[in-house]
Amino acid sequence: MVVQIATERLISLNGVSKSYQQPNGQEITILDHVSLDLRAGEIVALLGPSGSGKSTLMRMIAGLIPPTKGEVLYHDQPLVGLNPGVAIVFQSFALYPWLTVLENVELGLKAQGIMSDQRQQKALKMIDVIGLDGFENAYPKELSGGMRQRVGFARALAVEPELLCMDEPFSALDVLTAENLRFELLDLWLERKIPTKSILIVTHSIEEAVILADRIVVLGRNPGQIRANLPVTLTHYRDRKSPAFQAIVDQVYKILTNPELKEIEKQKEVSPIDDGKPQKSQSLPAVRVGSIAGLLELLEDRQGDLYRLAQELQLEVDDILPIVEAAQLMDLVHIQEGDIVLTNLGKEFITSGIDERKQIIRNQLQTRIRLVQRISHLLQAKKNQRIPEELILDILETHFSAQEAQQQLKTAIDWGRYAELYSYDEPSGEIFLEHVTTEELSEVGI
Amino acid sequence: MTRPLTPANQTLRRLNWDWKDGLLIFAILALIMTIIRTASQFSGVYNNQFQVDISLSALPSYTAQTLLRMSAAYVPSLIFTLFYAYTAYRSAAAAKVLIPLLDVLQSIPVLSIAPAAVLALIAIFPGQRIGVELAAILLIFTSMTWNMTFSFYQSLCNIPLELREAARIYRLSAWQQFWTLELPSGAIGLVWNSVMSWAGGWFALIAIESLTLGDKNFRLPGLGSYLGAAADKGNYGALAAGLMALVGVVVALDYFLWRPLIAWAEKFKLETIESQNSPTSAVLDFFRRSPTLRIVSERLWQPLTEKIAHRWTSQGRTAKPIPNENSAPSQWLNWLFVSGLGLIVLWGTWEAALMLRLLSWSDWQKVVTGAVLTALRVFTALVLSLLWTVPVGVAIGRNPRLAQILQPFVQIAASVPATGVFPVLLLFLVHIGGGLQIGSVALMLLGTMWYILFNVIAGAQAIPSELWEAAVVYKLPLIERWRTLIIPGIFPYLITGMITAVGGAWNASIFSEYVQFQGKILTTDGLGSIISQSSASGKYPLLLAATAIMSILVVLTNRLVWRPLYRLAEEKYQLLG
Repeated sequence: MVVQIATERLISLNGVSKSYQQPNGQEITILDHVSLDLRAGEIVALLGPSGSGKSTLMRMIAGLIPPTKGEVLYHDQPLVGLNPGVAIVFQSFALYPWLTVLENVELGLKAQGIMSDQRQQKALKMIDVIGLDGFENAYPKELSGGMRQRVGFARALAVEPELLCMDEPFSALDVLTAENLRFELLDLWLERKIPTKSILIVTHSIEEAVILADRIVVLGRNPGQIRANLPVTLTHYRDRKSPAFQAIVDQVYKILTNPELKEIEKQKEVSPIDDGKPQKSQSLPAVRVGSIAGLLELLEDRQGDLYRLAQELQLEVDDILPIVEAAQLMDLVHIQEGDIVLTNLGKEFITSGIDERKQIIRNQLQTRIRLVQRISHLLQAKKNQRIPEELILDILETHFSAQEAQQQLKTAIDWGRYAELYSYDEPSGEIFLEHVTTEELSEVGI
Repeated sequence: MTRPLTPANQTLRRLNWDWKDGLLIFAILALIMTIIRTASQFSGVYNNQFQVDISLSALPSYTAQTLLRMSAAYVPSLIFTLFYAYTAYRSAAAAKVLIPLLDVLQSIPVLSIAPAAVLALIAIFPGQRIGVELAAILLIFTSMTWNMTFSFYQSLCNIPLELREAARIYRLSAWQQFWTLELPSGAIGLVWNSVMSWAGGWFALIAIESLTLGDKNFRLPGLGSYLGAAADKGNYGALAAGLMALVGVVVALDYFLWRPLIAWAEKFKLETIESQNSPTSAVLDFFRRSPTLRIVSERLWQPLTEKIAHRWTSQGRTAKPIPNENSAPSQWLNWLFVSGLGLIVLWGTWEAALMLRLLSWSDWQKVVTGAVLTALRVFTALVLSLLWTVPVGVAIGRNPRLAQILQPFVQIAASVPATGVFPVLLLFLVHIGGGLQIGSVALMLLGTMWYILFNVIAGAQAIPSELWEAAVVYKLPLIERWRTLIIPGIFPYLITGMITAVGGAWNASIFSEYVQFQGKILTTDGLGSIISQSSASGKYPLLLAATAIMSILVVLTNRLVWRPLYRLAEEKYQLLG
């Protein structure tokens, strides 16, 4: 029997979607039908790879961005405009360089119209709680990264928000400072030294989420959706090495790597040349062939749990998943239930020299990567064998935003150049085929 | 328990008065008295037959009047900048009209507006000196304000997104956001552009203070007209004294006003690393540690701003957030604004077209040939400048110690108006017997080569030393070094310098192609000469045609030549950051 404790429901999102209209009329969906509840007394982590819309989701909760569909409720009332009970701590601190620490912390208080003495008192109290006593007259440029983020915290907490939202607050700090601040925040929360009722932290680090959160919401991308809602019931302070901790991390990796696999299986049935049927568009992860090669080399003696590999390499979800995804696209690795294993082709890749490696990649690109196939096809069709990049960008922009399209093109060009399929001239923005003479061909042994 | 060390509870702070503070108070009082006395001279009846007194005793009073005029023009141009740029920033629809309009306004030469300004203000204040003064102030205003507006608009557009989001989420009112975020972001650009604006004002000063429209004389007592009159009468002593006063004023302003402001504006840099070579100013250091200013700031300034801020910010937690850009009433306002502006532009174009119909075919031919000739002169001046400034600039830039010593001099040389030196040049030319063709190019050179030099030095300094070392290690021959390292390296800075230089050259052409000197009229064919002549003689249709052609040429070169080059500089020649 499940006992439901009637805790106050602060925020709820019902079927919220967010999409943007492109100039060419296409709609890009960032978030698709997200439903979420935030209650008092819990720390919730929004976890997902980059591009999963987690920052957008947080900003919708804060009221900075309105949803395209669905509604955001604050205390069961529809939210109009800015959420009055939310304060944000930013990834790059967002401090005003020309204001002292005290003036920065007083910022929100001044906006509320509180008079000078009262304001100063409140601000000084918060600065004391956050541990920056003595630095009230310092300017941000005199402070270290960790101290600047403390100012960011003090500023947010000074306005006494009900919900404290944090957008990757520790990712711009070095490992030691981040660890320190994380535990200080946890101390403040557990000892109830801060007036907030609930905390929402957006992060791409699975370990950070498991260390801090009572509930982890896992987001996937393409489109942004909630993949899982994991409760974490371990007691604070959690031990990274404990089996229960590692099990949760493993579970999250399974969830994050699973949907990708389903996508790849679908691709095997598609014919090499696109015949215009609307299909789920293949999205190239932004990695260079060098990173893929590096990962494969490391996998030679380290196959097994993906999360262990990530921990050993000190890589976050954002860093390792794109490389794994790219390697999967080229059928060099195989993921099953969160375990990563080299395929036969991958094993062949490791033992080959540079020319054979290029040949392997060339084959894989020509049979499995639709964008590369498209580019080659277009190049062959033209008499001078040159195409402007805008042509490819237009095709990409039917499925992706302009920025995303640029990134995909860059990746396709990088892979194509490695495989010596085509070349690129950056100033004129043209992709072209280089003419290899018969002498050069015979040198290579063709 | 320790209390935080805020200003309110510092007990060890004793007021350390010293003699410098006494001097400061005295200086402030003296300044206020001088301003009042000089301003009182601006009233009264205007004397049409006013002759400039070139005795040395008149020089201090004339200098004070000129400075007052320039300051009186600077403050409105600053306020105008804030309003114009902020409106363009807040409303995207308004920006579509306001920014191209700015481009056009920037290209209209001062002397084209002179007749309209003077006549209008004379009509409002008939026979009064204040009318002529206001006309002069208005003209100085138009030569000061445009670059500040551009700069502030650019700064506003470049505010980092996170700072803007923080302002929204902490519910800053529009007033608070302006003073806490938007104005500070633009501070550095505004300070540097103010320096440039004052230089522009000095440049046009001689012409503005010695305005002649037809047979009517609108001369005002001031440093500019002093220099003009001294050269006219061939009085070398007075001319030298006037030039010394001019250079002295420029140097004094630089040391007491601009240097401290530039050093103070470092506080607003968005970078968060303390740079090694930040500008310093002894005057600013003095101000910062002076007890006088601290008292004024705490007892007077801060409580005052508190009260004002409190009235303008929202009370309590029910703060109204900044209205959404896309809400219905604000869109309606946008529409009203844009259509109103559009109507004014249409009406202006219609009136202009009517005036232009009065011109004959030969008039148009004269204008076009004039345009071609002046354009050739501008090009020649540019090439000559480049020929010497690029090698010298690179040489200076490579040697850090030399650069440190010479840069203030170059900065001051760029501030001293070439138009002040022009009479000397004319005397020289009259002796040699060269025509105004050379004189005009020489004036353009004098006025603009410092900008290019300044930028080339900065560009050479920006090339990382590793690239120089690589050139040595791989034994690059001299030509190769220039082709592959130096020219591409300084390219972005060179373009910036050239844009300003060419703009200045066009402006200079107006003052240098038609000169009334020592009772004679020296003139040469060119667009600038047509503008000066028609402005002086009241031939308004011709003035309008010539101004329009000059504006079109400047705007076209901006869009077709400079913008693409600038983009090329940004994309291809950016040093890897």
